[in-house]
Amino acid sequence: MTTSVKFDINLLELSGVAKHFGGLSALSNISLHIRPREIYGLIGPNGAGKTTLFNILTGLFQADSGRFTFNNTEYSGRCKPHVLAQAGIALTFQNIRLFANMTALENVMVGRHLRTSTGIWGALTRNAAARAEEHAIVQQARDLLSYVGIDRPHNTLAKNLSYGEQRRLEIARALATDTKLLALDEPAAGMNATETEDLKELLLIIRASGITVLLIEHDVKFILGLCDRVAVLNYDKKIAEDIPEKIRCDPAVITAYLGTEPITPAQAGI
Amino acid sequence: MLGRGWIRIIDFALLYIMLALGLNIVVGYAGLLDLGYIAFFAVGAYCYALLGSPQLGLHLPFWIVLPLCALLACFFGMLLGAPTLRLRGDNLAIVILGFGEIIRIFLNNLNAPINITNGPQGISMIDPILIGEFSLSDMHELFGLTFPSVHLHYYLFLFFTLLVIVISLRLEDSRIGRAWMAIREDEVAAKAMGINTHNIKLLAFAMGAIFGGLAGGLFAGFQGFVSPESFSLTESITVLRMVVIGGMGNIKGVLLGGILLIVLPEALRHGSGPAQQLLFGKTLIDPESLRLLLFGLALIMVMLWRPAGL
Repeated sequence: MTTSVKFDINLLELSGVAKHFGGLSALSNISLHIRPREIYGLIGPNGAGKTTLFNILTGLFQADSGRFTFNNTEYSGRCKPHVLAQAGIALTFQNIRLFANMTALENVMVGRHLRTSTGIWGALTRNAAARAEEHAIVQQARDLLSYVGIDRPHNTLAKNLSYGEQRRLEIARALATDTKLLALDEPAAGMNATETEDLKELLLIIRASGITVLLIEHDVKFILGLCDRVAVLNYDKKIAEDIPEKIRCDPAVITAYLGTEPITPAQAGI
Repeated sequence: MLGRGWIRIIDFALLYIMLALGLNIVVGYAGLLDLGYIAFFAVGAYCYALLGSPQLGLHLPFWIVLPLCALLACFFGMLLGAPTLRLRGDNLAIVILGFGEIIRIFLNNLNAPINITNGPQGISMIDPILIGEFSLSDMHELFGLTFPSVHLHYYLFLFFTLLVIVISLRLEDSRIGRAWMAIREDEVAAKAMGINTHNIKLLAFAMGAIFGGLAGGLFAGFQGFVSPESFSLTESITVLRMVVIGGMGNIKGVLLGGILLIVLPEALRHGSGPAQQLLFGKTLIDPESLRLLLFGLALIMVMLWRPAGL
């Protein structure tokens, strides 16, 4: 089995990651690994630290301690978001953060920024290299828009797209960065049943194209039906990590989501 | 034909448009509120004045001095931008405001112990703009037509304004321009998309400063005299107003804003006196004070009805 060797190398590894906000511990001693080409889910009740973890992965927050390795390179300590984007982590945000007053096409074109190189000189002279690069950017952006299924005129302003389209535009913008790991923070939030179903399909297609997907979700049903492996956070700790079938009947997870049974006075020995 | 007084006003309008286009890159594209922009205009103007006047005894030719003005302003832009662009919004605006004032105060006080800027008296007898042997400050006869100095400056400024417009348009529709606008729209998202926001913002600052320095150099050559009082905070605000009135990030809007804000006060100055004569038979309110009143009213109306700019 020589082909499975590659599969054993983790794309992303966290070990002992902790983050405090003042006296509040948002994450403590979190370790997890994500394998290439899997859809990895991260769930947990509100305030469990999901988004904090997500922001550490994308460089928007710095972890207080712990190791963070991506694609065999260590990014522990201070690491800027654009460096991580360059390394191949791209994300979509919980509360959609598109460039609202730019067109759908331009939003995706911005995603190509870090894989292109035209500077001031190229922009001013519009030399052959700059024109060719610009042409390629437009072409790739158009392809990505149809890939995620936005069939509106490409010059529609991002803010005028429907909610589902805005979510998909964010995904297209993230894919434009030639990402290795696509991290999505609650992509199904606020979506209706059909939109969620479409999103599921899109994520499967993206995974099939060789991109690893990290999903942070609230919607347990959505994530258990889609992910290869799932980690559960509660308060600041990881309480479970397994395949969805096992997560579904893990007592610690059930307790975290539904609470423990109330203790009757008899049980308490009163 | 318009009188020379009007051509002179248009010359100034063109200089202001160049400034507004430069500021448009910083405020309109990159979304950085810059309240000290006039400092770069001052740097350009003083650079020209010092290198081409009896003040330091230097008389370098125009085509060397003007690029130097732009470069020096660019240098100051980077110098200011490098440490401060980590700040955002209001904080950034205040720091830049401070920088603008520092430059002006330096110009005001650098006459002792060594007299560099000649203090509040300013520098006079600045060399006229010479293109080869062709002086723009004399009257010329060409092809049987007479070209007074203000007309010649008009053509020169028009050329530079068009150049600045072309540069702005090309930058707007480029990888760099998109990165600027992405930062303006959402800085966090721009970072996450792999844009090195610090460098890209610095670039916006430097480009804006270059335009400011260029306009400053032309101003000094045109005016023949510079003094610190031309570079007060009010001037920064005037240029910012042009950008905001016209619609931020929109070149046509900035052009319109620039023309309106220069021409409207002058038109009101010349028009409100005769209009009162016509309506009431006599001048009730001094045109000079009425003009500012009407002008303020016009600005308020624009902001009420077209808050996103004209």
